[in-house]
Amino acid sequence: MNDFIQFLGEPLAQRSLWACAFIGFTNGFVSALVVLRRSALQIGTLSCALLPGIALAILLFGLLQVSILLGAVLAALLVGLGSLFVSRTARVEHDTALSVLHTAAFAAGYVILIQLGLQQKVDDWLFGNIMSMTDTDLWVAYATGAVAMLGITALFRPLVIFLFDPRAAATMGLPARAYNYGIFALIILVLVSSLQAVGAFLTLGLLVAPAATMKLLTDRTELMFWGGGLIGGLGSVLAFFLSYPLGWHLGATIIMVLGCIFLIAYAATTLRRK
Amino acid sequence: MVDAHEHCGHDHICWGGGHHHEGGHELRLEDVSAGYGGQRAIEGISLSITCGHALALIGPNGAGKSTLLHALAGLRPILSGRILWNGAPLHDVRREIAFLPQRSEVDWNFPITVRRLVEMGRYPALGPWRPMGAHDRDIVDKALDALEMTDLQHRQIGELSGGQQQRAFLARALAQEAHILLLDEPFGGLDVPGAESLGALLRSLAREGRLVVASHHDLATAAQVFDRALLLRKRALAYGATAEVLTPQNLQQVFPASERA
Repeated sequence: MNDFIQFLGEPLAQRSLWACAFIGFTNGFVSALVVLRRSALQIGTLSCALLPGIALAILLFGLLQVSILLGAVLAALLVGLGSLFVSRTARVEHDTALSVLHTAAFAAGYVILIQLGLQQKVDDWLFGNIMSMTDTDLWVAYATGAVAMLGITALFRPLVIFLFDPRAAATMGLPARAYNYGIFALIILVLVSSLQAVGAFLTLGLLVAPAATMKLLTDRTELMFWGGGLIGGLGSVLAFFLSYPLGWHLGATIIMVLGCIFLIAYAATTLRRK
Repeated sequence: MVDAHEHCGHDHICWGGGHHHEGGHELRLEDVSAGYGGQRAIEGISLSITCGHALALIGPNGAGKSTLLHALAGLRPILSGRILWNGAPLHDVRREIAFLPQRSEVDWNFPITVRRLVEMGRYPALGPWRPMGAHDRDIVDKALDALEMTDLQHRQIGELSGGQQQRAFLARALAQEAHILLLDEPFGGLDVPGAESLGALLRSLAREGRLVVASHHDLATAAQVFDRALLLRKRALAYGATAEVLTPQNLQQVFPASERA
């Protein structure tokens, strides 16, 4: 225990704790978009599709933060739009095309990273490592979070209409296509910026579980966002305090804690209804 | 409930009252074609109808009912022709149109209450940032009251019966002060009492001066609810008073015996 208190005094620990709280809040906030659009599985496949983009960016430009970010976004776009294109031009369903393309992309990314001799980094990208985040990583995460929260808050009223009833939204003159792409872009940005914290495999949990929990608890749309943010942030902080003494992997602990919170909320609400 | 003389003032809920206007509000379609990609799902549709009527779009599956409804709602660009509202392009006046989705297309688990759903109707008037004022709250109250949803306003929408769910969406259309109500298969999935009360409601909305346009597949009930019908199979085969349109002869053309159950 003394170890832990001493550890908390170190700048690295304080930075990680702050990163947990902020990234957890941002992801929890944005998770409402994923849940209300019912696109959890699509986002899950996209998070794995980021890997080859990251690998290629490293191959071409070295370990540069900006190029890694761009590479990830490009890969996600290519796989996302590519699968849409394939499903529209051939006799395959969208999820079928997406499954083939994203696993192939993921495999390619994995091979490239191993070839580059980045085994250690591979682990970080798959399962996350908040401690290894650099100052630039953190600033990118803060900026992304700020953009996401400001954007969603500023356009909240039309956004809810679009999420709930896209046809009525279009009839009322909302630019449906712009909202579609905007939401997609925002989710990808948040995904990439938190990739180093929880990793490609686990990031889906952080981008779904908080709002999924809130959906059990509230009838108010705005609480999906703010409550989701609180659950994401507090859950991640709780995981931080659990993971060190227990010696557990931090990213995995965050996702486990969020999963437990969801199950507790599920049990509480279904039991109360009976 | 109707106050047609104050029609379209800004201090009351607008219940239509189109027939008190000279000639009434008129929706006119001139040679309208629409469809997916290059394929035309409907072709050369022309008709004219004024407020105060309920129009049924009738035809077999794939006849273009949804396409026409979506074209009217501005959800699908028309390939040729014009859609006019009082002589001006319909889609210049977005707030005049309210679209009610099919019940099966709605996410009934969405965390939203009836009141918040109805408040969405104020969006075309308020835009993204202007706060709801006393006037807007008053309109929402009246819309809820008119559809007998006041007691249910704090329920989550999934906790309502099918008929109540349709009334909640109609309340949103009233809160929008829209004159044209477009409904996609509004009777789908409703039980008999629910369908009967919705039918009465649509008739009374039309009588009050709104224009109700709905895709509809139940030939047996069409004449009870709708006073006008458009028989559709890619092209308009017949249009006019419902009883005159739905003659055995006309129906034979649109629904060949082999396709009827």
